[in-house]
Amino acid sequence: MEVRAESKGLVEFKDDRVFTWPTLVAKEFLAAIFVTVGLLFYSYVVDAPLRELSNPGQAENPAKAPWYFLGLQEALVYFDPWFAGVALPSLIIVGLILIPYLDINPKGNGYYTFKERKFAVSVFVLGYIYWYVLVYIGTALRGPFWAFFWPWEKWTHDFPTPPPLHSMPLPLGIILMMGFYFAGLVLPAMINRDFFNKLGIVRYVLTMGLLLTMIGTVIKMVLRLSFSIKYIIATPWINI
Amino acid sequence: MKLIPDLIKKITDNEIWKSVFRHGYTDTPRNRVLQIISNVWLHLHPAKVREHGTKIRFTWCMGGITFFIFLFETITGILLMFYYVPDVNRAYADMVDLMYVVPFGRFLRNSHRWGAHAMVITVSIHMLRVFLTGSYKPPRQFNWVLGVILLVLTLLLSFTGYLLPWDQLGYWAITVGTNMARATPLLGHEGPFAYILGMRADNDIRFALLGGTTIGAPALLRAYVWHCIAIPVIASGLMMMHFWRVRKDGGISGPL
Repeated sequence: MEVRAESKGLVEFKDDRVFTWPTLVAKEFLAAIFVTVGLLFYSYVVDAPLRELSNPGQAENPAKAPWYFLGLQEALVYFDPWFAGVALPSLIIVGLILIPYLDINPKGNGYYTFKERKFAVSVFVLGYIYWYVLVYIGTALRGPFWAFFWPWEKWTHDFPTPPPLHSMPLPLGIILMMGFYFAGLVLPAMINRDFFNKLGIVRYVLTMGLLLTMIGTVIKMVLRLSFSIKYIIATPWINI
Repeated sequence: MKLIPDLIKKITDNEIWKSVFRHGYTDTPRNRVLQIISNVWLHLHPAKVREHGTKIRFTWCMGGITFFIFLFETITGILLMFYYVPDVNRAYADMVDLMYVVPFGRFLRNSHRWGAHAMVITVSIHMLRVFLTGSYKPPRQFNWVLGVILLVLTLLLSFTGYLLPWDQLGYWAITVGTNMARATPLLGHEGPFAYILGMRADNDIRFALLGGTTIGAPALLRAYVWHCIAIPVIASGLMMMHFWRVRKDGGISGPL
């Protein structure tokens, strides 16, 4: 096909389109058939779970949410319910929705590339893996009373009492938290001026704020597991 | 050996056949186009697509498979509705009947259940693929937003279905899940700053979700109605927008 460019004579226009029928439709039908056969075969071999009649008087131990929410339930170990169960999932949803408006890198639109968008791909893939690692831990490695068991260990009610937890002193906690976000916002902007300038202040703060919160959840987990820190900020009204 | 061609001609060369199928099946470019644009279901597609968009190594086919599983769940779900009543005195017994009495009932329930899990997995893989190909970049930003909402709706569909068997697994899973709601800042009675709005166990956001302070008959009915009617209707509407926008935003994404 040829397209006439403005006042420049003829330019070549590559037409790589193919007929949807049968090229694409055939593949879709095949995919539908394979999925159906796969699902029916699996359903024939494996029964869906059905336990005894629900009994409000006798809690399951462990009581687990559906597997796709177990990452959040796992986060409950480290955070209060208002954060792990409400604020964190809300932040994840808002963060996902914001992605197209925060990532203004014009490259990598419509093809696979790591080189041209290292930052975006790394953050997303790490977050994706992080989510499923938590889901895996919550699903497979948590037994009665949400105690941790390795895959080769047998679930038992007889496990050592976890060490007592303690919170950071409030001033220290506030300083650490503010220092974390302050350093996390200021240092990358100073080191990589170009990154900051390209994004502009609003996009930069949102991007880094969300990223720092994601990293912050990991730090809190490390603090809990290595130093038995219960809360970084503990107040009568709200704990983090 | 002219029997079969004759028979085909007899079947297709008459007014009834032609009133249903508007064009022949001879493999011509014109018929390939008509095959798509004269079929209400297939005209979701453009008549022609860019070649990379037909490659499974590019699309992983995950969006299409997610949609297909949604249809699969709709059909198996409708069949399950014939046998299941969302009443606390009956629900569990209906499940047991499905497993042991209804012909193919166990098979039906299994496939609905595993289909639901499969859909959560495929939709999340679809999101990964769309991210890795940068397909949310202009002009497709808003379709990514629709996709995120559809992802959340998929999780909620699965979650509301979890309670319906009314067994210990579902009951306590939904207990754990909805207990989060009472910790909602401001709106849940155990959440931070709830006292400002005067939240109690019987007027907070969890109460609104469950229709009670514990999971009982109203919660089961609500889960059922959300699961079978409200969320599927909302999701269908958003899916229409999602697919429409794929077309309107320049077709399946690809190198410019």
